[in-house]
Amino acid sequence: MKKRSNAPIFWLLFGAGGVLSALTGVALVLITGVLVPLGWVLPQDYLAYPRVLAFAQNWFFKAFLFAVIALFAWHAVHRIYHSLHDLGIHNNAGTWMLCYGSALAITAVGAISLLSIGF
Amino acid sequence: MKHAAGAGRPHVRPYVRPMKGWWTRNPFFVSYMVREGTALAVWLYSVELLAGAVCLAMGEGAWNSWVASMRHPVMILINLVVLWSMAVHAKSWFDIMPKTMPMIFVSGKRLAGSTITRTGYAAVVAATVVILGLAMWGRP
Repeated sequence: MKKRSNAPIFWLLFGAGGVLSALTGVALVLITGVLVPLGWVLPQDYLAYPRVLAFAQNWFFKAFLFAVIALFAWHAVHRIYHSLHDLGIHNNAGTWMLCYGSALAITAVGAISLLSIGF
Repeated sequence: MKHAAGAGRPHVRPYVRPMKGWWTRNPFFVSYMVREGTALAVWLYSVELLAGAVCLAMGEGAWNSWVASMRHPVMILINLVVLWSMAVHAKSWFDIMPKTMPMIFVSGKRLAGSTITRTGYAAVVAATVVILGLAMWGRP
């Protein structure tokens, strides 16, 4: 029997991450990276420890945080891997491991951290 | 010693067109590379949030240092670039969607690419407004 390609799995993760980051990326970076750090519109204590802990202990927001961390990473590494060729870097097992391995590590560490926070 | 041009020498290299900086020669290729480059910002933001999740799991002290690092001027500058990249990614994602998704037929007619793209833009605006609205609603 012909060996099945694993490409659809990575393409699916790339597509899911692409949609999620296109829809939520601007708002999330605006809130966490610009507004709260500067104290514009949202106060600087917006991300105070007890508040964020309660947020991350809610099963829905925990799943959302995991989806953002993991799918953004899978989307990004898929693009970066396929763009390396355009920059004159020839792909091999090493570049594959570097790209997709980083997404796998991000997914694993993200899952462990979010689960250890508890429910 | 100088060799006669190529005669009987298999190791003489033929002319290879230089490819360095190929994408800077055409505006379409520049926009292509910018679009692909947004992946670096998406990856970086994933790592920023991952660091946040790890710090949150470690306790209040670690969490506060993550919040402080996000307040660092260099980090804010980086995140402004990430923000711009996210907007470019969102726009280009739906610009190319008519080419990347299977054809859709509505009552026998193929759905126009511009309809797909405009629906995507509207979805981005709606999702951004909803998330910002929820964030405002959740103020302490």
